[in-house]
Amino acid sequence: MLKKTYENIDSIGRSILSIKAEGVHNKELAEVIYPNGDKAFAQVIALNNDEVTLQLFGGGFGVSTDCKIRFLGKPIQVGFSDDMLGRVYSGNGKPIDGGPELVTDMVRVAGPSINPVKRLIPKHMIRTGVPMIDVFNTLVRSQKIPIFAKAGEPYNRLLANIATQTDADIIIIGGVGLKYDEFHYFRQRIEEAGSKSKTIMFVHTHRDSIVEGLMVPDLALAVGEKFALQGKNVFVLLSDMTQWSDYLRQVANAQDQIPANQGYPGDLYSQLASRYEKAADIEGAGSLTILGVTTMDDVTHPVPDNTGYITEGQFYMKDGFLELFGSLSRLKQQVNDKTREDHRSIMNVMARLLSEAEERVKAQKFGSVKDDYSFRLLDYRKAFQKELMDPFRYLELEDALDLCWDILAKYFKKEEVGLSSKLIEAFWPKEGEYKILKSQGNE
Amino acid sequence: MQKAKGKVLSVNESLVGVETTQGAVMNGEVAYIVLEDGKRLKSEVIDVKSGQMVYLQVFEDTSWMRVGDLVEFSGLPLAVKLGPGILGSVTDGLQNPLYELAKTEWFLERGIVVEPLDNVTTWEFTPKVSIGDTVTGGDVLGTVPEKIFEHKIFVPFSLSSNFEIIEIAEKGAYTIDDPIAKIKDDSGTIKELTMAFEWPVKVAMPFNERSVPEKPLPTGIRILDSLFPIAYGGTACNPGPFGAGKTVLQHSLARHSQADIVIIAACGERAGEAVEVFKDFPELIDPRTGKSLMDRTYIVGNTSSMPVAAREASVYLATTVGEYYRKQGLNVLILADSTSRWAQALRETSGRKEEIPGPEAFPMYISTLISAFYDRAGVDILKDGTVGSLSIIGTVSPAGGNFDEPVTQATLLSTGSFWGLSRALSDARKYPAIDRIDSNSKYPSLLKEEEVTYLLELLRDGKSIASNILLMGEKGITDETYIRYQKSELLDAVFLQQNSFNDIDGVTNPERLRLMFDMVFAIIEASIDLKGKEEIRTHFNFLRQAFLDWNYMSVNDENFEKQHTKLINLVKQRTYAKEDL
Repeated sequence: MLKKTYENIDSIGRSILSIKAEGVHNKELAEVIYPNGDKAFAQVIALNNDEVTLQLFGGGFGVSTDCKIRFLGKPIQVGFSDDMLGRVYSGNGKPIDGGPELVTDMVRVAGPSINPVKRLIPKHMIRTGVPMIDVFNTLVRSQKIPIFAKAGEPYNRLLANIATQTDADIIIIGGVGLKYDEFHYFRQRIEEAGSKSKTIMFVHTHRDSIVEGLMVPDLALAVGEKFALQGKNVFVLLSDMTQWSDYLRQVANAQDQIPANQGYPGDLYSQLASRYEKAADIEGAGSLTILGVTTMDDVTHPVPDNTGYITEGQFYMKDGFLELFGSLSRLKQQVNDKTREDHRSIMNVMARLLSEAEERVKAQKFGSVKDDYSFRLLDYRKAFQKELMDPFRYLELEDALDLCWDILAKYFKKEEVGLSSKLIEAFWPKEGEYKILKSQGNE
Repeated sequence: MQKAKGKVLSVNESLVGVETTQGAVMNGEVAYIVLEDGKRLKSEVIDVKSGQMVYLQVFEDTSWMRVGDLVEFSGLPLAVKLGPGILGSVTDGLQNPLYELAKTEWFLERGIVVEPLDNVTTWEFTPKVSIGDTVTGGDVLGTVPEKIFEHKIFVPFSLSSNFEIIEIAEKGAYTIDDPIAKIKDDSGTIKELTMAFEWPVKVAMPFNERSVPEKPLPTGIRILDSLFPIAYGGTACNPGPFGAGKTVLQHSLARHSQADIVIIAACGERAGEAVEVFKDFPELIDPRTGKSLMDRTYIVGNTSSMPVAAREASVYLATTVGEYYRKQGLNVLILADSTSRWAQALRETSGRKEEIPGPEAFPMYISTLISAFYDRAGVDILKDGTVGSLSIIGTVSPAGGNFDEPVTQATLLSTGSFWGLSRALSDARKYPAIDRIDSNSKYPSLLKEEEVTYLLELLRDGKSIASNILLMGEKGITDETYIRYQKSELLDAVFLQQNSFNDIDGVTNPERLRLMFDMVFAIIEASIDLKGKEEIRTHFNFLRQAFLDWNYMSVNDENFEKQHTKLINLVKQRTYAKEDL
């Protein structure tokens, strides 16, 4: 296809450029050619008569009216091959680890959605060793789920833990707006865990342009999807999608789009959804699981709010702990009936009692807690927090379930917990005989 | 009308501006944008400006479109093909069958068109009219068996004058494209009819004789059937923050509601959840028919990553199909999840069109569209005296879980039942997490009216006592008040809460609902001879345990009656004999 070059740049913004040109395709890739011969990528995002709007990968700074634009006659693609394993790339798909560039099979970025009937019902539990996840909100292969946390919480540590403690074939890390030390941390953890040879990183740090940041999830997911179609079980980590949404807002704003909530573009939901929906367990192939981070102060903020309606649950992190309330794995029902017969019942009872205990915490502030049962509930709450909520305590699921029974038996009578008589008979620990709970030093 | 032609002038995501060069253009008309590789992208006219400038919303990805690409207008509005073969199928929002598309591709490639209804399979047609008969739109030409129903083949509803039958097919097997009748009107114009016809999705099918919804539609969910019912032909609004249990509730309604046909519109929802339904349902047996649940189900699977413009179409597609089966004299239930996604899709397009936004950037006309949509539900007394109904349960996903936002508010004004989901209840694992105090319904319950009032009063009392306990502690209230509180808690725990993942507790039929209500009522009515909070709590713990064990027993279980008696005895043990009072 003929590559046309144009010189009459109309306007240059922070991340947007417009130029008069003809025969240009929507979403076509283009090059910005600087007077000194340097090049940077851009993508067509809107057309209006002969006016073409482009999104600048390198940002608008330094682009001059004597730059030229060449339309490349192809969409954005990313290289794809096994040679990518162990490598680190930037948000424009170029290697940043000093290694060679890839020019092998190119795959389309942000391609169409997989036909839902080609999806399988997810049914493989991903064991993470984190009791708050395995017991209460089991992670399932092909799930898309974010960690909701304030900036400053150790969410990246948890993300890396889960990724390296699972048996995924391929791990792809998509870093959007990472601080340099976070990038370094991921790299180090992957190497320590010995998973470098099955890991690919796409990294955008704060020094890079926001358009490159916007591309990171698409690159990570396009490559991940391709591996999944080849039968691999792929685990994609995205951190942080709030940054990503903010970049989206900046670009929409530069285009003079009418904003919806809090300045975010009206299509925030669709934009997030088209990325997260890449998660799938594919009939006759592999799977793609997405674990992301959504930083937030308040869950009603448009980014976590929209995310929650797309993803299959969320893990709340607060004060370094994984929260029970608010956290949810929508797919847990697909797997937790096959783990152990007490799993579902015990997780519900533990939660119900904890919520009862939370009421007592409130009541305590009024000085109205005076009875023995309430005091026991409060002790139960303390034990729950100490024994179960630490996201960095490793326990096999079965041990974690036993621990739940231990805690119940320590603070309650059998008839107080509301479990079926059948389960109580099978699992209630004998007096003082705890399997996991250390009875000493717990109080 | 001469079909218009035009060429693309502007492209902004799914909104495409077109300059027409010839012919007239109709608002709502379907147009095709022809790309340079020959792919034809389906779209719909949503705005006409200064006579020639037309805005299209494109139902597919607009990548690789160019200024100057040709546009062909169809002259026809967006329509759905109606006829035998809809039941059991799964389509996207434009009625493309997803399983057919999946035969060639993993992905939903654009521009691919598949016949909406299977035109190869033959159906056993039995004529019900004879040559010389006079018919009009909505009259029955004959029937074919479809899954578990007799599917009526109609004279298309759009034909309003009288016609004479001049040819009618003999009993036998025909495809939906085979001609089955020829009809002639007064002017002598002859029309050939097949077993299928089209209907524009955005036009409500007229009622024959509209009636008021007043018969409860049993859902198998106790809190709904008793306190906040929906009726056949009624509408319900089900808003809640994410994670409050909408999805599980919807799936339970789809499985257990006593409707003849269930239509699920996964409108911009997670694909994983839609998949759960269309992979699970064929495996599940409908207890009322003994056949696959899928035989009475139709699914519109327009999930969140599919092109946004088709999201709006999916809601209308589902509704039109629902209206068609109502005309068959069946009770149809539509589960639309979620109407907020549809509203958001409208907001996206409206923003691109640079319309002046209303509250929360939604277009001003959002409430009009929402109420017109729910108004398509209702009861229809058909020509032959049979009754068909279409009920709609719409899920709303309000931003930030805030029920004051425009979509929830417009929905509340348009629907008869309000099932508000509460985060506090779901945190406490009290499912279904339908707010016991703030929900309501204007439809009749499976219980008596005074029984409903009685329960609601107890629940309100329980709530206010709970806040007193919070302030003053258990010791700050009397034993009598504490007993009242325990009764309210018991009602919640054993009657309103329900484990939808348990085969037995997950669904309660009207007979068992009555039995359970009577038992709960006996407990609540009994004056209890107990002193001290500890003793009271222990007693209710035992009652709860025994009741829950009973809930998990099938009525066919040998211990079912025994457990029933045990419960009655537990109540009696601690009850004053009436004469002592």
